[in-house]
Amino acid sequence: MSTLSLRERIADFHAAYIRCIDQNALEQWPEFFEEQCHYTVTTAENDRAGLAAGLMWANNRNMLHDRVSALRHANIYERQSYRHILGLPFITGTTPEQVEVETPFMVVRIMHDGKTDLFVCGIYRDVFLLNHSDILKLKRRSVICDSNRIDTLLAVPL
Amino acid sequence: MSEYQPIHWSTSSYTRVPYAVYQHEDVLAQEQKKIYEGNTWSYLCLDSEIPEAGDFKTGHVGNAPVVVVRDDDGEIYAFENRCSHRGALICLDRAGKTRDFQCVYHAWTYDRQGNLKGVAFEAGLNGAGGMPENFCKEDHSPRKLRVAVFCGLVFVSFSDEVDAIEDYLGPEICARIERVLHKPVEVIGRFTQVLPNNWKLYFENVKDSYHASLLHLFFTTFKLNRLSQRGAVIVSESGGHHVSYSMVDAPDQAAGNQYQDQGLRSDQDGYRLADPSLLQGFKEFEDGITLQILSVFPGFVLQQIQNCLAIRQVLPQGVTSTDLHWTYLGYASDTPAQREVRLKQANLIGPAGFVSMEDGAVGGFVQRGIAAAGDLEAVIEMGGESTSSSPSRVTEASVRGFWKAYRQLMQA
Repeated sequence: MSTLSLRERIADFHAAYIRCIDQNALEQWPEFFEEQCHYTVTTAENDRAGLAAGLMWANNRNMLHDRVSALRHANIYERQSYRHILGLPFITGTTPEQVEVETPFMVVRIMHDGKTDLFVCGIYRDVFLLNHSDILKLKRRSVICDSNRIDTLLAVPL
Repeated sequence: MSEYQPIHWSTSSYTRVPYAVYQHEDVLAQEQKKIYEGNTWSYLCLDSEIPEAGDFKTGHVGNAPVVVVRDDDGEIYAFENRCSHRGALICLDRAGKTRDFQCVYHAWTYDRQGNLKGVAFEAGLNGAGGMPENFCKEDHSPRKLRVAVFCGLVFVSFSDEVDAIEDYLGPEICARIERVLHKPVEVIGRFTQVLPNNWKLYFENVKDSYHASLLHLFFTTFKLNRLSQRGAVIVSESGGHHVSYSMVDAPDQAAGNQYQDQGLRSDQDGYRLADPSLLQGFKEFEDGITLQILSVFPGFVLQQIQNCLAIRQVLPQGVTSTDLHWTYLGYASDTPAQREVRLKQANLIGPAGFVSMEDGAVGGFVQRGIAAAGDLEAVIEMGGESTSSSPSRVTEASVRGFWKAYRQLMQA
């Protein structure tokens, strides 16, 4: 049984997740998810309207690996990095098996020439499975962007 | 604003484009008058997005704000979203349902056909103030637009002279739209991509079948589209509209080798999907066409990439900024399994699309590249000078067709 509180485990998860992306360790990014998982990036407007399509849409971890290999080997985009800043997680529901959490985020995008802009803000709507490990994994992450406008392109995942 | 300096075209063929055409405010202002408010049809929304009386959407024709709304007679009406009093937006919402429209500024009201119906305190108050007796509301309505619905697509036009929509599109483009929109569709998502470039650079990119397999490696690697596949480019008689399509058939080894022989980046071989189900769709078009990109001048795109259907609307937001509005579609008749295929394949398109994200950036590469080259010209000569349909997609005929339609309108 974990010695950490649920809140501490969620905080540790979030810290490790954004560190992974912001340090460009994208090959490790899929490991934050269960093998059977859902990952979508959408907008608040689509979410409210019940429209299911995403900017990114995956229903298993292999699709996340494919995202990364496409970024590494296929897609053309200017070198850029993110800085994620997260707000406090709000636990919206718990059962013995899983916990549902909403966490606000802001992502600053830093282009290779130094241009630095607020790129996206929104919430992570997460479902974590509770098992016997201290390490949480995502069963589902819906990245819900507040704005429906994306500047230029969305290459690196959120 | 400075006096409009007409762009200098160095040749009557459409093989050269002066970069200045992407760089100037006065060009954009002329485009608004001569293209967007000229003899063209602009896509506004889907018929099915405003199904009932009172349903409305707001949008733009170039930079002109427009309301489209269905009235009790079942017809769709469109009018400029500009109060005839002081010019404020009449409708602030992007979509909704209403009995009528009321400007928030001084509460002038309009019916669903854009007619001015009410002026607050028109007769004054307690016998004082009010509008002059001879003020005639009928003479003061915002500009009305013509509306045409084709295959569930709502097009609007400021022009009284533009051809009927079927003639504007021409039979080949009509047939290719009908091929995709032959049964009711549903919106499954909407996204806006903000492009750091002039609108024409994006619209040319859509028409440019030459770049697809060279810039977009994802396509090529998975044999979704390479120029050695069977396909063709159709250019409308006006030049302004196009269709590029391809179908997968028996591999043409000789043509395939040309990628290797020329050392093209697009032919890297080692890349495989961990989840190949992304590209395992279902056959829903009997003609075997797996990719069809269709454009309608000046800013409409209909795409079918395998089972992935979408509409793109191209709208200038200034000389060097363009909004690209994506509407992802499914058919109303989709089974849950078919819908899931569409959601999965939607990873190919949009701002994060495996095969479309580069298009969001490449226009910006041009815009930045030409910054000091306003007096110089782009070379658009692949496939010669022709602006007509071609069995080869190694051509820029449809890009030249765009300039043919563009110059005709701008020089009118």
